[in-house]
Amino acid sequence: MNDKKWIVLGLVVFFAIVLFPVWYNRGKAAPAPEVWLSDTAKAAETCVKPLEDIRRNHMHLLDQWRDTVSREGKRVFVAWNDKEYYPGLTTTCLGCHEDKAKFCDRCHNYASVSPYCWDCHINPKEMNYGKK
Amino acid sequence: MNVHYIFPFLVVCVMFLISYFLSEAATGFKYLFGVVIPYLAILTFVAGVTYRMMNWAKSAVPFRIPTTAGQQKSLPWIKPNQFDNPSSKFGVLVRMLLEILVFRSLFRNTKFRMSEDAQSSYEMEKWLWLGALVFHWAFLVTLVRHLRFFTEPVPQALMLLESLDGFMQVMLPGLMLSGVALLAAATYLFLRRIFLPQVKYISLSSDYFPLFLIIGIAASGILMRYVPDLKIDVTAAKELSMGLVTLRPTIPEGVDGIFFVHVFMVSALLAYFPFSKLMHLGGIFLSPTRNTTTNTREARHVNPWNYPVKVHTYDEYEDDFREKMIEAGLPVEKE
Ligand code: HEC
Ligand code: HEC
Ligand code: HEC
Repeated sequence: MNDKKWIVLGLVVFFAIVLFPVWYNRGKAAPAPEVWLSDTAKAAETCVKPLEDIRRNHMHLLDQWRDTVSREGKRVFVAWNDKEYYPGLTTTCLGCHEDKAKFCDRCHNYASVSPYCWDCHINPKEMNYGKK
Repeated sequence: MNVHYIFPFLVVCVMFLISYFLSEAATGFKYLFGVVIPYLAILTFVAGVTYRMMNWAKSAVPFRIPTTAGQQKSLPWIKPNQFDNPSSKFGVLVRMLLEILVFRSLFRNTKFRMSEDAQSSYEMEKWLWLGALVFHWAFLVTLVRHLRFFTEPVPQALMLLESLDGFMQVMLPGLMLSGVALLAAATYLFLRRIFLPQVKYISLSSDYFPLFLIIGIAASGILMRYVPDLKIDVTAAKELSMGLVTLRPTIPEGVDGIFFVHVFMVSALLAYFPFSKLMHLGGIFLSPTRNTTTNTREARHVNPWNYPVKVHTYDEYEDDFREKMIEAGLPVEKE
């Protein structure tokens, strides 16, 4: 009937919304970001877990660490390669991955996660007295 | 046991197994489940929805259908119900918004009960409304949140939504409430269909299948986000989804397992959408009982495609037969 023009208009709007990602990105390639490995990390060669595992599961590991330290008081973590670490966010993770902005943040911006850890925990790079 | 739900349940299980094991077996299948099927599914969705809507657009809506729950506008001293029986376009807009955003007519759902002394009564029944509301809104929030995999850079507003959805800050990765609400509500809607005898009686495979699919989608999503052993490489997953929307499809290293189950089920839902009851997404906008003004007493509604009927009025009749009528002694209006 004479409603056809409204229905067509509605459909056009609907598909514009559905296909939002297509016109928003305009075909620009968006590969995963390159993370920057510090010299300390390169020297260590491996992470506290195998690469595949740390990539997927580092949040679980941090969760475990948080609990073992603050609830059970255990301050040693024995890694898969028998190395011992202090299970700490700032000290250990950022001890190797020295530049949070070039490591954690690059990935997190891509995946749109913003861990709230930094409300309390510090990033030594941002602290003046962190520099010698 | 009832074939109406056993069959769709088995179908969804088989879909799960096929997509999981085939995508583990060979890279070619990853391409099939991660690229080919999603593209086909979205094409089917767009073409199918267009077809269904244009088909509906063709159907005749000549008259108003005042199936309403309120007093129609009539005499000035009778108070009309503006939104339940709207006589103005504004009233219709409000009615449509209430219907689409908060399911107003479902809110009126009642339950019939016969008491011992054979008195019948209708009681309030809000659980279906509540379940449906939670289900649809949680689905919408989940859907919008997924835009983080389809946009680069991710819009600021989306991050706000994520932080609202994850405001409880429990678990790592942070628990998103909408995902859990979606799974819970879909499960409720399913259980309702098998535990209420009357509802079970009218439920068909086409009611269960989308429910199982959605439960499967929500469950697979939750598994691959929260369960350590099933956790996927989210960065790689985003590379894949970005490849799809920038029309540079790739299968990056590191995507595997349940991710393909999830994507396959979403594709199936998309492709199934236009041919199923899910088309109520578009249908609700075209419901004549909701979107027409009730002005049947104010305005005359003439069926616009009535063909012109050839009429022969009495005046013309008398002109044709006047002499014969006078001869026969019949009264005539004009001598
Ligand atoms: C002893 C130094 C060291 C410590 C401590 C360490 N890492 Fe690593 N991390 C590395 C190295 C080296 C790699 C690269 C591994 C490789 O390429 O095989 C890496 C890789 C990673 C990756 C994967 C990056 C990629 O290429 O995708 C993530 C994520 C990560 N680390 C997170 C963490 C977190 C979170 C912590 C704290 C729980 C942590 N790391 C502690 C040295 C370390
Ligand atoms: C409300 C403030 C607060 C927030 C937010 C917070 N933490 Fe902590 N965290 C603490 C405190 C306090 C300790 C105890 C430090 C200690 O006992 O040495 C701690 C300890 C830890 C530890 C072990 C000790 C160490 O030196 O790191 C880990 C691991 C940890 N937190 C991880 C996290 C992660 C991951 C997040 C984000 C998801 C997070 N925390 C968010 C306050 C916070
Ligand atoms: C390889 C990319 C990558 C790197 C490098 C990386 N992350 Fe992550 N991280 C992710 C992804 C992806 C998620 C979100 C997973 C999801 O959404 O399921 C995440 C989530 C988290 C979370 C949970 C946040 C939440 O609220 O859900 C924490 C905590 C976290 N990362 C800490 C770190 C820290 C600390 C570092 C640096 C030492 C780091 N990550 C480096 C990819 C990375």
